[in-house]
Amino acid sequence: MIEAKNLWKRYGDNVVLEQINIRVAEREFITMVGTSGCGKSTFLKMLLGTETASSGELLLDGQPISTEPGPDRGIVFQQYSVFPHMTVLENVMAAKAFQRRGITGFLFGSAKTAARKEAADILEQVGLSHALNRYPHELSGGMKQRLAIAQALLAKPRILLLDEPFGALDPGIRADMHELILNLWREYKLTVFMVTHDLKEGFYLGTRLWVFDKLRHDPQAPNAYGASITYDLPVGQMDASLYQEIDDSLRPIITVQNS
Amino acid sequence: MKRLINLTPSPVLSAVLALLPFVLILLVYVAASDVRLEANPNDKLLPSFSQIGDTLHRMAFEPSKRTGEYLFWQDTASSLSRLGMGVLIAASLGLLLGIFTGALPLVNSGVSPLLTVVSLVPPLALLPILFIVFGLGELSKVMLVAIGITPVIARDIQRRTMEIPAEQLVKAQTLGASTPQILIRVLLPQLLPKLIDAVRLSLGAGWLFLIAAEAIASTDGLGYRIFLVRRYMSMDVILPYVAWITLLAFFFDVVLGWVSRKLFPWHAQGGSQ
Repeated sequence: MIEAKNLWKRYGDNVVLEQINIRVAEREFITMVGTSGCGKSTFLKMLLGTETASSGELLLDGQPISTEPGPDRGIVFQQYSVFPHMTVLENVMAAKAFQRRGITGFLFGSAKTAARKEAADILEQVGLSHALNRYPHELSGGMKQRLAIAQALLAKPRILLLDEPFGALDPGIRADMHELILNLWREYKLTVFMVTHDLKEGFYLGTRLWVFDKLRHDPQAPNAYGASITYDLPVGQMDASLYQEIDDSLRPIITVQNS
Repeated sequence: MKRLINLTPSPVLSAVLALLPFVLILLVYVAASDVRLEANPNDKLLPSFSQIGDTLHRMAFEPSKRTGEYLFWQDTASSLSRLGMGVLIAASLGLLLGIFTGALPLVNSGVSPLLTVVSLVPPLALLPILFIVFGLGELSKVMLVAIGITPVIARDIQRRTMEIPAEQLVKAQTLGASTPQILIRVLLPQLLPKLIDAVRLSLGAGWLFLIAAEAIASTDGLGYRIFLVRRYMSMDVILPYVAWITLLAFFFDVVLGWVSRKLFPWHAQGGSQ
């Protein structure tokens, strides 16, 4: 479904990604880990359409992926994913309104009733039915992310992109969110790409883990080489030593201090 | 003893401290007025409160001998309609310019440099041109107010538009929104409370331009009146008029703040992000 052929991303002399060659089938759940600035978010933005490749190809169903965001690819950011001036219900109904052609993006009459019903259903599913008329600033971080996910799902995307969606949440709430996202992934038959800082999260969630890291290092010019995918592993078939190996490679500074 | 920066007044003390300067100014005025009137009962510089009251009563509740109008209310109505028209034009134009330059990079490239230059032109220097082009009637005064504050509002709304997190615009696009839908449903509602803030801040400048225009060419209005009676040193008219203008300005500020809180509760409660 998604295919990258010798994909590179440069900002001037600064190479962020190099030689990305991957294939992703429909309904995979891919988690991406790596140190800060390793290009995993850049790769996600290329899938989203807000960044374009410097060279190489990124294909969706054999066609170059659109260079602007569209309804086939849903997104949940770490924050700012919901509209602050709409209530929870209005936020989700807006997703429905935006799918109809029209200048204003408002719904009227029977379309509005239907959208309200559909929005209430999906909010029930993510566990927000008690907060339909609250504004986002009245919600906790976890509830905001539930809302953002509900909003994204109502647009019926094929691909769901998650950019560190649970990074700012407490560990207990994070576990609830993991369960939620796994259930929704199965039910809605989604292909999921998720960027995370948390290697444990990467090992637990999904079907496939990508580790972004630099293969080549030039100490004199740290930006001369970009990162590529150094591990591409099926989740669930890994032993502890491999986990440790990846964990060490992700935190070189800490390892040096300990040794 | 706590540090000075940590000393906060109790509510009562706070109220007393707030009233104190007003009371002091009044006392100083009354004392100075008494001294001067005792020396010369015809002194015009610091009229007593009873003189001011008599004049105000004559202007507000007795028809003018010359025109039969109640001058105080006539002046107030004229000035407020000019200010209102000017501010309304400036707010509409400023909102449109701001939202389009802030949201659409193509429009921004074409319009922003011009907007920057125009906002640097001192509006009062344009007044003679307005009088020449629009004549001495109402239009030139309204235009001065509008021209004076439109660039301020436009640039403020432009910056506010750009401050809205890009994530929201991306999100709306992934939900299938078109450009007009994003402008109308995502950006516009978030900018309306910012527009009210911008109008509140620019009302002071609006009064300035209004009074300047009325002082130069007008036949009624609050600004016209105080500049007219200056020739006779009628402080008994000027002082209450200045107080009245201040009161009106304060009133509009309070009303706009209230409207903003009522219409945009999410904004007032700090939900702008």
